[in-house]
Amino acid sequence: MNDITATERPVAPYTELDENGAPYLLGSRCGACGQTHLGRFENCPKCGARNAMDVVRLASHGTLYNYTIVHRSLPGVKVPFVSATVDLDGGGTVRGNLIDIVPDPSHVKFGMPVDVIFRSASTAVADGDGFIAHFFIPAQEAAQ
Amino acid sequence: MSNDVYVVGIDMIKFGRFDDAKPESLAARATLLALDDCGQTIQDMQAIYAGTCNGTMMGQRMLHYIGQTGAPVVNVTNACATGATAFREAFIAIKAGLYDTCLAVGSEKMGKGMLVPKNSGGTAIPTEGLLGSGVMPSVFAQMGMEHSRKYGTTFEQFARVSEKNHKHSVLNPKAMYQKETPLDMVMEAEMIAYPLTKLMCSVNVDGAAAAVLMSEKRTKELGLMNRAVRVKGSGLASDPFTDRNLVMQDVNTVTRLAAARAYEMAGVGPEDVNLVELHDCFATAEIPHYENLGLCAEGEGGAFLDSGATTFGGKVPVNLSGGLLSKGHPLGATGIANIYEIAQHLRGEAGKRQMEGATIGLTHVVGLGSACAVHILEKA
Repeated sequence: MNDITATERPVAPYTELDENGAPYLLGSRCGACGQTHLGRFENCPKCGARNAMDVVRLASHGTLYNYTIVHRSLPGVKVPFVSATVDLDGGGTVRGNLIDIVPDPSHVKFGMPVDVIFRSASTAVADGDGFIAHFFIPAQEAAQ
Repeated sequence: MSNDVYVVGIDMIKFGRFDDAKPESLAARATLLALDDCGQTIQDMQAIYAGTCNGTMMGQRMLHYIGQTGAPVVNVTNACATGATAFREAFIAIKAGLYDTCLAVGSEKMGKGMLVPKNSGGTAIPTEGLLGSGVMPSVFAQMGMEHSRKYGTTFEQFARVSEKNHKHSVLNPKAMYQKETPLDMVMEAEMIAYPLTKLMCSVNVDGAAAAVLMSEKRTKELGLMNRAVRVKGSGLASDPFTDRNLVMQDVNTVTRLAAARAYEMAGVGPEDVNLVELHDCFATAEIPHYENLGLCAEGEGGAFLDSGATTFGGKVPVNLSGGLLSKGHPLGATGIANIYEIAQHLRGEAGKRQMEGATIGLTHVVGLGSACAVHILEKA
């Protein structure tokens, strides 16, 4: 299933590569209650329905629900950075770094549209070589 | 005779850093203090509920220090709700009629620095700082930011929580820190995760607290009712599903659920509560918890703090002990230490920080993962 041939491997288990080798976020949608979750689930954590989950490709656009600006972190982590919680269009919530933005509360806006992009993990952490991770950037459409 | 359950003996050690101590040695010290508080011995404890987040068999190991009585020991772990969960298990066992006298003890020997969640997400490399941040300051910073998003709560209001609780701590000789921190000092301290500065984060310290619980029958037989505190309500909850909680931990909903259960069992409402010890592991948590516990209306937590309602002389003082922010937060001990603080006020033994006339108090702890325990205590 996870037949990754690219030189860089996804960090997160909910990141998949499509037939063209392009990474995307994977989710599960419950056939019983309709809730969309990030990642693979056998049963639904919302309603408890068994074996009713459909694997879905999550959107690459969303809106910023919440964030914090991290100034002190673990060794090897580049600070400051914006840790963001994003609601994806069509369902699913995912956490990641919001980049290409001034890490200051006067620049980060609740509800701002963002795009999901994939970059080398080494852009954020010291031991990230050989891995890719998702990041958020301010939506390019909105920025124009 | 009712089947009410009472706290008859309770105490905590002064929280601090005890480099040579073990969780069980700290637990033994707290247990001896609690036993002395009610004139009981370890032989009188029919069952023991022991809480710690790190390590196993802490209760049995503790008995190696103070007497291996053969009593049944149940070791409990439930994140930051560990101590309160141990307390609740003792309460349930007595309520069920199985025992008349039980011990609940919580203890923790903490490491230094930030608590880092174990890599349980199945990722190829550690993800802190790569897929956002999951360390405790970030989790609770976002709790505050969500409140800001909904209600406009400000950095300054969150900082005032620290100012208030640190001010309270000056009168608590058992707090790790007993030092006032003026608002500008809080706001200008090193930023950890916006809007949390270093002085808005609780301290990792070692500590232990213990309580002796008794049936009404035994309390009366032993003549202990004059200092007894009735456990009027006990609510425990796990985190129910909410839209984002698998990605952004939600300690609000779990708190509301536990509080509703405790209020229902106690047959009282938030308006009946005179004082509260709530889980201010970070300053941002306190304002949302005013609302979660029903102390004020939805969205009015910031204004409630600003009004002075939650400090000395206010409508419902919160964290007169100095809170976790000043007292320190040894995870497994915290839940029982909170009950100790309320019990001292209800007994009229809280010294210089005594709230006069208090008859009902509430304790609240919440552990990520998640577990929330709320207890409602009443002067007997």
